[in-house]
Amino acid sequence: MSSRERILGRVRRALADAPVDDTPYERAVPRGYLREHGERTVEETVDLLAENLADYRAVVHRTDSEELPYLIMRLLAERGSQSVLVPPGLPPEWMSAADPTRVHDRAVSTPHELDRVDSVVTACAVAIAETGTIVLDGSPDQGRRRITLVPDHHICVVRVPDQVVSSVPQALERLDAARPLTWISGPSATSDIELDRVEGVHGPRTLEVVLVG
Amino acid sequence: MSGTYLGMPAFPVAARDAVRDTTLRGNLRHATHTIRAKRAAAVAEVSDWAELREAGKRIKDHTLRHLDRYLEQLEESVTAAGGTVHWAADADEANRIVAGLVKATGESEVVKVKSMATQEIGLNEALAAEGIAAYETDLAELIVQLGKDRPSHILVPAIHRNRGEIREMFAREMGEWGRPAPEGLTDTPAELAEAARQHLREKFLRARVGISGANFMVAETGTLVVVESEGNGRMCLTLPETLISVVGIEKVVPTWRDLEVFLQTLPRSSTAERMNPYTSTWTGTTDGDGPRSFHLVLLDNGRTDTIADEVGRQALRCIRCSACLNVCPVYERAGGHAYGSVYPGPIGAILSPQLRGTGSEVDASLPFASSLCGACYEVCPVAIDIPEVLVHLRERVAQGGEVTRGGNKVVLKPAKGHAAERAAMRAARWAFTCPGALRTGQRLASRTRRLHPRTLPGPGRAWSGTRDLPPVPAEPFRDWWQRTRSGKGAAK
Repeated sequence: MSSRERILGRVRRALADAPVDDTPYERAVPRGYLREHGERTVEETVDLLAENLADYRAVVHRTDSEELPYLIMRLLAERGSQSVLVPPGLPPEWMSAADPTRVHDRAVSTPHELDRVDSVVTACAVAIAETGTIVLDGSPDQGRRRITLVPDHHICVVRVPDQVVSSVPQALERLDAARPLTWISGPSATSDIELDRVEGVHGPRTLEVVLVG
Repeated sequence: MSGTYLGMPAFPVAARDAVRDTTLRGNLRHATHTIRAKRAAAVAEVSDWAELREAGKRIKDHTLRHLDRYLEQLEESVTAAGGTVHWAADADEANRIVAGLVKATGESEVVKVKSMATQEIGLNEALAAEGIAAYETDLAELIVQLGKDRPSHILVPAIHRNRGEIREMFAREMGEWGRPAPEGLTDTPAELAEAARQHLREKFLRARVGISGANFMVAETGTLVVVESEGNGRMCLTLPETLISVVGIEKVVPTWRDLEVFLQTLPRSSTAERMNPYTSTWTGTTDGDGPRSFHLVLLDNGRTDTIADEVGRQALRCIRCSACLNVCPVYERAGGHAYGSVYPGPIGAILSPQLRGTGSEVDASLPFASSLCGACYEVCPVAIDIPEVLVHLRERVAQGGEVTRGGNKVVLKPAKGHAAERAAMRAARWAFTCPGALRTGQRLASRTRRLHPRTLPGPGRAWSGTRDLPPVPAEPFRDWWQRTRSGKGAAK
């Protein structure tokens, strides 16, 4: 007997005495919890996103699409970045004013090469106001998961208000489970020393979120 | 479970040493009190906490009730997405499967994301025996590994160490394993985190095989979820060519939508955050992004035996948040090591004796490692009634009875240490069913009350050492009733 059959057999025997439960899944779980917490206007939702991002030490900037290239240029210059990674589908105009050498996602084949890049600029799939979270789904304007992980500086552009939802349930509705997802809430952190939160371990230690609207 | 814990003394023996260690008690008190208030604030932010908790409980209960069906569905969706599913009935089998998969890649080192399941099966030791070095990459796990120590908390395995101890260990040990700690390292948490970043970076960048657990597996889509903070999880999940995930069978949930409950309750319960810094989800393999081959090892190792216990099976709802540890007065004083398992604290006291059985001294003592105050139940985000299960397991230890071990029904003998307790209970039952004997006994007790000792003799001494014996009244209640109310309406 394979272990598969053994385990499934044990499960069935263990449940043999349990009362029959034919309740379909849709009715087995009461979903009385809220779809979002509180009522907010679209503007207030965007404000809440900015507030919660900042609360977990992301640096938040707000601008419009005309100013965006100049803001990105300024952020990279202030950081002193020599090279910046861009995913293949990033709108070219975003980078039109930036000075650093542009490195394309596919050109960096090894993690070591990736480690030598100073900054990365991406878009996102959705942003969650209540938790201060941005979600990347590997679309062409966000690139492979590793490019937002190894460089120490990540600039993420959120189109507001279209990409902003209030809550976790609303975000999951918009996302495709088949894609590899990365949910990011502030720069990497740890609570492993005396349960005290410290920002900056393995992921990018500086996360800048640009809200463009 | 892990061989590391073989021969652990019973909880009271291990706890005695721990409570005398003032540094340990100071460290634990500081850490648990810090997180308690933060968790309460994070939970208070969401007005529908009770509904989320109830939904989480019901999702898990429903899944466990139909676990065979959901496991088959999960296997199908993971396979369809390009993954390979393996089934492991126990720790040895899981270790063999993982060692075989690593060897097939030709590699002799792996990087690991913190995973309770791999701790439980003693994977690192098993890999070492096969000549494979497994590097823990979670900061606390790194501290434990460098210190040749054992984990003492589910979420923060090095909670028993303070910053000064960690600094010394980093300065002393890091060079043995790879890049040494920087000169002049101080004990500020930020500097310690920086030292860990530099030390582990070379390992991440060259790693070809990653090993993880998972917080959730979605049957409908075949998606696995890892919730973390540091980014070491993302490193292990995306940089290597091969990813092996070892996951307990109880981690499956039916649908994608179910994550909306747990991704709200887990971060607030564990690190007291609205959301943890990083959550990764992946479904099989993705062309050009992340590992090219993905293996899922589904682990039983006592879980199906636990499902067979009607009262005890609720322990499998656990999402490993560790909120129960942080509020437990016993854990705060005794620390995690006394529990003799990778699962310490209240949840460990009900999980370990079910996963491993109550055959060893430490496992038979765990259900008694509690004051039954109920704080653990109150904070549990999936409403596991830990006190109820503790009492149920105490009964099993003291009285014996039928349990399932390794898929077979066996009858446990009553434990030896409880003979006096059982004799006392038998005597009480006899006295309460014979009114004449009860009356005689009560009168005798009342008349001799001046002679009663303040503490019990012999084996009862330990019990009365921390408790006052109830004072015996001068006259038994029934005599008083007869004397004062007899004939005055007592018959009505």
